[in-house]
Amino acid sequence: MHHLEVKDLTSAYGQLSVLKGVNLGLSKGEVVALIGPSGSGKSTVLRVLMGLTPPTGGQVLIDGTPVDYRKAASVRAARDRMAIVFQQYNLFQNMDVLRNVTIAPVKIKGRARREVEAEAERLLAKVGLAEKHHAYPDELSGGQQQRVAIARALALRPEILLLDEVTSALDPELVNEVLDTIRGLAAEGMTMLIVSHEMAFVREVASKVVMMDKGLVVEEGPPKQIFDSPQTDRAREFVGKILRH
Amino acid sequence: MNYTFQFGVALQQLPGLLQGAIVTFELGLLTFWGGALIGLLGASLKTFGGPVLRRFAGAYVIFFTNTPALIQIYFLYYGLPDFGIRWDPFTCTLIGLTLNAGAYLTEIMRAGFISVHRHEMEAAETLGMSLWQQIRFVIVPHIAKTIYPALANFFVVILVMGTSVGAVIGVNELTGQAINISTENYRWIEMFVVVAGIYVVLTLIASLSLALVGRWAFRVKAKIF
Amino acid sequence: MLTEILHQVPRFFSGGHLLLLFQAMGMTLALTAIGCVTGFLVAFLLVLLRRSPGIWALPFKIVAILYVEIFRRIPFLVVTYLVLFFIQAFVSDASLFTIAVVAICIYAIAYTAEIIRGGLDSVARQQVEAATAMNFSRWQTLMRVILPQAWAVILPPAVAFMVGFIKDTALVSQVGVFELTFRGKELNNEGFSGVLVFGTIALLYFAMSYPLSRCGGWLERRLASPRSQRSHQRLRPT
Repeated sequence: MHHLEVKDLTSAYGQLSVLKGVNLGLSKGEVVALIGPSGSGKSTVLRVLMGLTPPTGGQVLIDGTPVDYRKAASVRAARDRMAIVFQQYNLFQNMDVLRNVTIAPVKIKGRARREVEAEAERLLAKVGLAEKHHAYPDELSGGQQQRVAIARALALRPEILLLDEVTSALDPELVNEVLDTIRGLAAEGMTMLIVSHEMAFVREVASKVVMMDKGLVVEEGPPKQIFDSPQTDRAREFVGKILRH
Repeated sequence: MNYTFQFGVALQQLPGLLQGAIVTFELGLLTFWGGALIGLLGASLKTFGGPVLRRFAGAYVIFFTNTPALIQIYFLYYGLPDFGIRWDPFTCTLIGLTLNAGAYLTEIMRAGFISVHRHEMEAAETLGMSLWQQIRFVIVPHIAKTIYPALANFFVVILVMGTSVGAVIGVNELTGQAINISTENYRWIEMFVVVAGIYVVLTLIASLSLALVGRWAFRVKAKIF
Repeated sequence: MLTEILHQVPRFFSGGHLLLLFQAMGMTLALTAIGCVTGFLVAFLLVLLRRSPGIWALPFKIVAILYVEIFRRIPFLVVTYLVLFFIQAFVSDASLFTIAVVAICIYAIAYTAEIIRGGLDSVARQQVEAATAMNFSRWQTLMRVILPQAWAVILPPAVAFMVGFIKDTALVSQVGVFELTFRGKELNNEGFSGVLVFGTIALLYFAMSYPLSRCGGWLERRLASPRSQRSHQRLRPT
């Protein structure tokens, strides 16, 4: 059984159809990468999964249990098991790093503060930000903020981690520090759905690559297939363009 | 409550009220333009004047923005007669509001002045323009676009809040007319509800027209530059 | 003429008159404070209602929008008269103070609602999304993420509005409230020179308005600084 499964997912904004029937499956511990041109709907898939954008059809299943995005309780339960890291880090500007990481586990999940803070310190050390506990987001570089965002997501102890173009807003020299962190998580067996432009990284870390275009999955397969011998024209065209860089 | 609403009576008085609205508009326009001239002068003094002129303009602004317009008008209407100057209510209101508006407009214009880069002024100076010419040909066109929203908004504010003050000393603008007519037909509530409605319509029309003019003017301005 | 005015000065500045004037200043400040603060609180509720999702909130949303758009376009004098007539139609012995406070309240709600709405909206949508994705309830997001940041955007203009309102209270003299302008008219009617009376009244308004507006400026600078102080120490990217 898949850890996370998406069946025929559709999402529309008024007349504009963003997702036209997306199918995805992730096994436990699998790292799946979503690639494709801008506007293909990759980020929307993640947003729908987290309940930030409503789906108009299809199904999302976690460990075989469907999620009903019209019911608040079901959405809350799904969010308990997943965590998302955004492209713009979306840190809370009025809280320091430690509080950003600990607030949700303590105030929303109701865990003991001391325990959460100890874990937060561990996580921050893991992402290489051990001395930055009391810094505020506007004192940190983009790469540092993104790593705080990752620590914040991990503090929720999610089963599934969603990463939405987490290196796209970073200066090139800061990208690697974030990729290293993700590499580590993959090695530890975290189930991850990554939307990314970093093709070399995707190739290295993902066990399956899914290419999307105009709201549909165009092709999926191991990185070797997608990058070296794409089966569909559209995939070939896209890969050809991006790999020419 | 033993009061029967008779809006019909109030609506019959519309012509009289509309006459008041015309006076409101007159007052608003005159006040705005008078105030704008003062504002331009004041902003010039504050930006380019020597220490004495700057202090003077500053004192003017601080005084008129920290005292009520009503008191300024009362001073003219009840105070000047002590010196033999008796102006009618309309004139007192006009002059009082203009001085008041001038202070606020000085600050609005000054914000615009400051936004003009030194380089433009220096370039104009090297071209031989006098200070007045610089203000006229460099600053005013440059800031007209940026401070237009503030000016347009201020005009609507004068129209709504400013002019009604005149009613207190008997000016026959919209609110004044409402009082005049109500004292005769005793339909105070209905009259004032209708007047409130007229004010809303008046300001909506004014805001809309100014917004449209702004859009048109910007396009024309863009072509010139 | 000037000499006549100078003759009036000692009589004008007698103890009794001075007391009356200071009481009137107190009344002006009380009207402003009570009316504006109450208005602010009600406006806050109105804005929260307006931002609530769900169909049940729709009628409130429409009322909130209409209320603000309408009452921002009616002069305060007209609002005051309307409140006077409406209240007196139902409660014939309502105190003028209450009527004035209600009028100030109604007017303040319309203006501060826009300030509050702007402040709440100023907090980036992205932070709200992050909170939502972590299962924050709307209330928790408001209290822990939005409000702490919105205050800095809301307070300066809100305080500026309230301080500015000290001048607008002059209009409630028209309905007979014993505030500063009303006392001024009384003294003028007693025969004191208009220049003396209204010159003094103007200075008294100035004495209330100017220091408070300077405080407002100080508040604005203080609210702006902690963040900018920290950004100036931005660390080099590692």
